[in-house]
Amino acid sequence: MIWLDTIVQGILLGGLYALFAAGLSLVFGIMRLVNLAHGDLIVMGAYLILTIVSVLGINPFLAALIAMPIMFALGWLLQRVVLNRVLGPDILPPLLVTFGLSIVLQNALLEGFSADSQRIGAGLLETASWNLGPVTVGIMPVLTFASAILVIVGLNQLFYRTSLGRAFRATSDDPVTASLMGIKPAGVFAMATGIAMIVVTIAALYLGMRANFDPTIGPARLIYAFEAVIIGGLGSLWGTLAGGIIIGVAQTLGAAVSPEWQILAGHVAFLVVLLIKPRGLFPRAYD
Amino acid sequence: MTLLETQNLTAHYGDFQALFGVDIRLEAGQTIAIIGANGAGKTTLMRSIAGVLRNAPGMIRYDGTAIGALPADEVMAMGVSMVPEGRKLFPSLSVEENLLVGTYGRKIVGHWSLDTVYRLFPILREKRHVPGTALSGGQQQMVAIGRALMSNPRVLLCDEISLGLAPVVIRDIYAALPEIQSSGASVIVVEQDIGQAMKVASTVYCMMEGRVTLSGAPGTLSRGAIHAAYFGAHA
Repeated sequence: MIWLDTIVQGILLGGLYALFAAGLSLVFGIMRLVNLAHGDLIVMGAYLILTIVSVLGINPFLAALIAMPIMFALGWLLQRVVLNRVLGPDILPPLLVTFGLSIVLQNALLEGFSADSQRIGAGLLETASWNLGPVTVGIMPVLTFASAILVIVGLNQLFYRTSLGRAFRATSDDPVTASLMGIKPAGVFAMATGIAMIVVTIAALYLGMRANFDPTIGPARLIYAFEAVIIGGLGSLWGTLAGGIIIGVAQTLGAAVSPEWQILAGHVAFLVVLLIKPRGLFPRAYD
Repeated sequence: MTLLETQNLTAHYGDFQALFGVDIRLEAGQTIAIIGANGAGKTTLMRSIAGVLRNAPGMIRYDGTAIGALPADEVMAMGVSMVPEGRKLFPSLSVEENLLVGTYGRKIVGHWSLDTVYRLFPILREKRHVPGTALSGGQQQMVAIGRALMSNPRVLLCDEISLGLAPVVIRDIYAALPEIQSSGASVIVVEQDIGQAMKVASTVYCMMEGRVTLSGAPGTLSRGAIHAAYFGAHA
């Protein structure tokens, strides 16, 4: 029965990784931009929530709601002022710029918040759990997983039910023809990054409540996010969730064998999936 | 009233000059045709008007405004809509979504809506949930035309809408033109098929190597003159 428990914990952990990855997947899917600062933006979001919690003395979930519009605005500006200038046929400039942004963010956070590790206190939620017969699940992991599903359902609704979503997909297909339809690609990209930053805020909330964080942990989250996106197949949000779950289960299984195997098992699972399905589990039909 | 005109329009792709001072004029309510061989600059002319290629502001005037330097989305918002060469449907959108993209971000009142487009091309209603790229070439062309109409344009630019289609399909597509005209749109068609162009247009411009080599009402142009303007050969 210990195995069942391990797998359930892994699936729930996959929800966290899917949250890390969803924003990355969204931005890549729409503008083919690989944002190497994605992990650091999550850490920045966690510090923002922490600051709101400590200044206003409110519940972290409320604080995240306040952080969302701020993060949206930051994302919108980041895209408008910086990233739109480097998007083009050459994929290298955006990589370099977001790599630089990652370093800038880490150092700015270090300067502003010191290297001490922090945590967003969630009170009783941190340790509360449900006993479901053979397995016991923490409320926090369940909330994380449910949030991941809600985020993916929400993004899919946005993509397939709204005119902004149509503009996202049309621009992703062909920005020149989209502009012939009256769509401003630069504006669409700014909206996309803004929305991705709302997802980043949700990821940051759970990152900060579930474990300690400090200014340097962004790149490690980026790796998990990347692996989840690649395993799932570029552009598929449900694939991203599946990717997160695969990494999560691999990590908890690895940890069950021996704690030092935890991280490595996740990476190995990633490589194995790529060996079997080089384009990921749910690749888009065309590209 | 002149709705759209180009004045001494030049266009470049990098160091390569594609247009050398092109003047065309579209009167309100009129349909004009641009004919010419591959590489004559017809598509470049369309892309310049639509704003995909940017030019000096005064080179293109629409409704009294210099639009030569405006980006495509602003030109489109002003009422100039294009059916691009090669149809360019969005592969990840269904037929209906492709049509709806044509109205993006605006509340548009006018003759054209999903309903009237479906009435114009009934086959599209049947296929509305199918991905646009799963249709036949002629049906895709109908989607591309419908998509451009959804914004109720005052000027419709049709770039090579008969390219690669069977004659019977071309006839079906051109059968839609009278309703498009009566909806109030002035039309510029780019055609390689001279006969088709002569049938629909009140003025025909023939282009060769980036210049207008001949223009006039179809009835006034002799076969020989068109031949010379089209191929550069003396008949």
